[in-house]
Amino acid sequence: MGHAVALKVNGESWSLEVEPAELLLEVLRSRVGIKSPKPGCERGDCGSCTVLLDGRSVRSCLVLAVEVDGHELTTVEGLGIDGLTELQQRMVELSSFQCGYCAPGIVLTATELLAVNPRPERHEVQAAMSGNLCRCTGYAPIIDAVLTAAATAAATTAPEV
Amino acid sequence: MVDHTFVGHSTPRIDGVEKITGAAPFTDDLDFGPDLLHAEVVASPHAHARILGIDTYLAEQVPGVVKVVTGKSFQSTFGLYLEDRHIFAQDRVRFVGEQVAAVIARTRTAAKRAARMVIVSYEVLPAVFDTDAALADGAVELHPDLADYGRVPWFHPRPGTNIAHWRKLRKGDVAAGLRDADLVLEDTYTVPRYAHAAIEPHAVVAELSVAGRLTVWSASQSPYTQRNLFAEALGLSHRDIRVVTPYVGGGFGGKAGVTMEIIGAALAMTVRGHPVKLHWSREQEFVNTYQRQGLRAHLTIGARRDGTITALQHTLHWDAGAYVEYGANVVNAAGISATGPYRIEHVQLDSLCVYTNLPPGGPYRGFGYSEFTFGLESHIDRLAHGLGIDPVEFRRRNAVVGGDELPYGAQMNPSGLLEAIDRAADAIDWGIEQPAPSPTVRVGKGIAAFWKAPAMPPNAGSAAFLKFNEDGSVNITVSGMEIGQGYLTAMAQIAAEVLSVPPDRIRVETPDTDRNAYEWQTVASHVTWGCGNAVLAAANQARDRILDTVHRALGHDVASLYLVDEQVRSTTDPDLALPLREFVVTGLEQPSDGTFKGGPVVASGSFMPEFTSTRSDPETGQGGKPNVHYTVGAAGLVLEVDVETGRIAVRTVALAVDAGTAINPVAIEGQIAGGVLQGLGTVLYEELRFDDGGRLLNPTLTDYKLPTASDIPDRVIPIIVEVDQPDGPFGARGVGEHTMIPIAPLVANAVEDAVGVRITSMPITAERLYLALTAEDG
Repeated sequence: MGHAVALKVNGESWSLEVEPAELLLEVLRSRVGIKSPKPGCERGDCGSCTVLLDGRSVRSCLVLAVEVDGHELTTVEGLGIDGLTELQQRMVELSSFQCGYCAPGIVLTATELLAVNPRPERHEVQAAMSGNLCRCTGYAPIIDAVLTAAATAAATTAPEV
Repeated sequence: MVDHTFVGHSTPRIDGVEKITGAAPFTDDLDFGPDLLHAEVVASPHAHARILGIDTYLAEQVPGVVKVVTGKSFQSTFGLYLEDRHIFAQDRVRFVGEQVAAVIARTRTAAKRAARMVIVSYEVLPAVFDTDAALADGAVELHPDLADYGRVPWFHPRPGTNIAHWRKLRKGDVAAGLRDADLVLEDTYTVPRYAHAAIEPHAVVAELSVAGRLTVWSASQSPYTQRNLFAEALGLSHRDIRVVTPYVGGGFGGKAGVTMEIIGAALAMTVRGHPVKLHWSREQEFVNTYQRQGLRAHLTIGARRDGTITALQHTLHWDAGAYVEYGANVVNAAGISATGPYRIEHVQLDSLCVYTNLPPGGPYRGFGYSEFTFGLESHIDRLAHGLGIDPVEFRRRNAVVGGDELPYGAQMNPSGLLEAIDRAADAIDWGIEQPAPSPTVRVGKGIAAFWKAPAMPPNAGSAAFLKFNEDGSVNITVSGMEIGQGYLTAMAQIAAEVLSVPPDRIRVETPDTDRNAYEWQTVASHVTWGCGNAVLAAANQARDRILDTVHRALGHDVASLYLVDEQVRSTTDPDLALPLREFVVTGLEQPSDGTFKGGPVVASGSFMPEFTSTRSDPETGQGGKPNVHYTVGAAGLVLEVDVETGRIAVRTVALAVDAGTAINPVAIEGQIAGGVLQGLGTVLYEELRFDDGGRLLNPTLTDYKLPTASDIPDRVIPIIVEVDQPDGPFGARGVGEHTMIPIAPLVANAVEDAVGVRITSMPITAERLYLALTAEDG
């Protein structure tokens, strides 16, 4: 038996009929056609299916599609509509990713971090990222990009003396 | 050193924006419409059993089920180096998780439900789970047909036993060499099995069109090798098979060769006209692809008081699993190089590929070298201490240099091992004691050297197609795989250097065997070198065509023409500045009569290492030139051990690798940071554990711990040594796998330095170290 679900994905309104056991990850990928949240473990370990639910990061493999009725979702497709964000630009410049499979999830987790903590310390970045697994990079170029993006944002918003 | 415009300069990845925006497609991201069918395999619950019967009736009644397929439909064998596998188990299963049958259904849910309803009856057989049991007299024989399996000529199986391949190497007289030593040290080192644990699980979609053409989309490092094995196993012409590989979400060897993809290809043969998808769950990813092979290595090394190693005897028993079609070549690679990067007069190597009833072993970053280097570099350190020689100095005295004779008689390529050792040691202030931050913490430093050669057949080829576009940009199609290492960018830089077209104006495409040129496989850290040579040849051919066009249209002497800033210029005519974009597709107008010369510039290049040969004496391993070259390096590490808990905190890792010429330094730094952490995972906590029935106990990322962002060393210092590889593109050789090879012994050596305890089994968990510490006290 289907449930009617109304949600916003990257600013667009969607009305869907979903099965009670359908995962948000599956619905996004196969029904909405958003492919950036990736299946990696389907039990919340790897973080590659991370999306922002009302601005907060969640693992879409641990969320039932019926739970997001009336909520707003952001995926990495929604971040880059007006071009790369400051964080994404730094990540490209620093070659932060290798295979790139974990990248969408990590970009969103880092975006959330910078929204709530615009000038994080290195250990705070590490802690925030520690739920998103990356097997390729050793994390260092990702952490560096987050710190550089934070510093750049701080420099451009700092009041002139 | 030659100053290049693009080569040698850190270049942002050309696939960076695609990956950072989520636009990069991976296999599971591709859409196939409502006609797509889903498959699920029926897996063996037993490690070793005879199949008595398969009842598919109930499964076939599940709504949505299209077909249930068993081994009856596919009886041919396949394998990369040794044909010891079937697409589905035939008369018996040999590991827990082996595919016995598959269900094809309209939905994934229906396929999963029906797969549970296939009833397989088994007669359980005795099983062996370690090499000692498998090699014991009277052990159950896993492959009674071993003698009949097709194999490459350099494999030497022992039919009637569980030894699928025994690589021997004999040089000099080891007994005499050991007698000549002042110190002889003997010990056994144990390395468990590990998982690649790439974040993207394996996925395949395959479709046999109604007209009989097979297309396979797969997450693979090896599109052409897959096409070849599909053709042989399924009886199709290569012409009629197309393998498309979008971006791959991590490989590390786990997506090399052919594993679950052949199931997808075979299933497609049974439902003509429908695409069929098979997507591994994380548990299947752990159990039914490849695992890194377990190793028990027995080492005896002798050295003189002056620090000269006189003899080395290394016996390697590899727990290679139920099928060794790929893994046996890991065993082979180790069996000719398990001396490490040292000049040793008397050598005896025995590398045995042993069948066990555990999941198939296979390639994993380091291809045997990561495994044997744990024991070897631990042993080297202990010998140095035993002789009272500084471990850095001991390695320097025995380090292999260019021109040395290798254990099998060929010559060592130019290499910078001494420089790597010195720079790694300097970077961690070797010899200078560091204060401990608290009374319960001990600080230790370690050093380790490494080498590794690509393990390839002697005829592993690479090729490239290159074409110019109307705006002077370039497309290159090759079939090496971008698995994260930065290969596409390196290929763009190589072509850029020849053509003067910047890398960001060059698109290098992921493979599609219909249109991209041939590549054997993206393994062995060889594509920068091998495929780089093919791209270089293609770029040179394109340049020659461009210059010839200018010569024919305008009369300039070809020898006076060159490319710079996307223009053709002349050494004799300063006014000549022809932008490439004006004529690389539409040709150049000949002023005299208005005709056009040239035309679309297309080029191709091809490369094969024509100097290699695997022909050697099976009893001594002497003869031939099985390896194209070695990449060498060394690493240093500083760690802290908390003696109250056994916990290790890694402070600094400095890793020096000889890249020949660094095509893209930032990519090599990325390989160092990533390889170091992958190595630390294996030595500090990762480990595949099995119950006494051969069932994997930790097939999840909850229980198989990968390093997180909180687990990284304080500092990783990348050091790039550059001693030209004469036959490499601009002097380059590969570095991808090498960066994890020294990490395990590096930690073991630093632990001993810190707390005086030698651990000879991986991983060195806090628990194992704490128990060793308290045992020492007792």
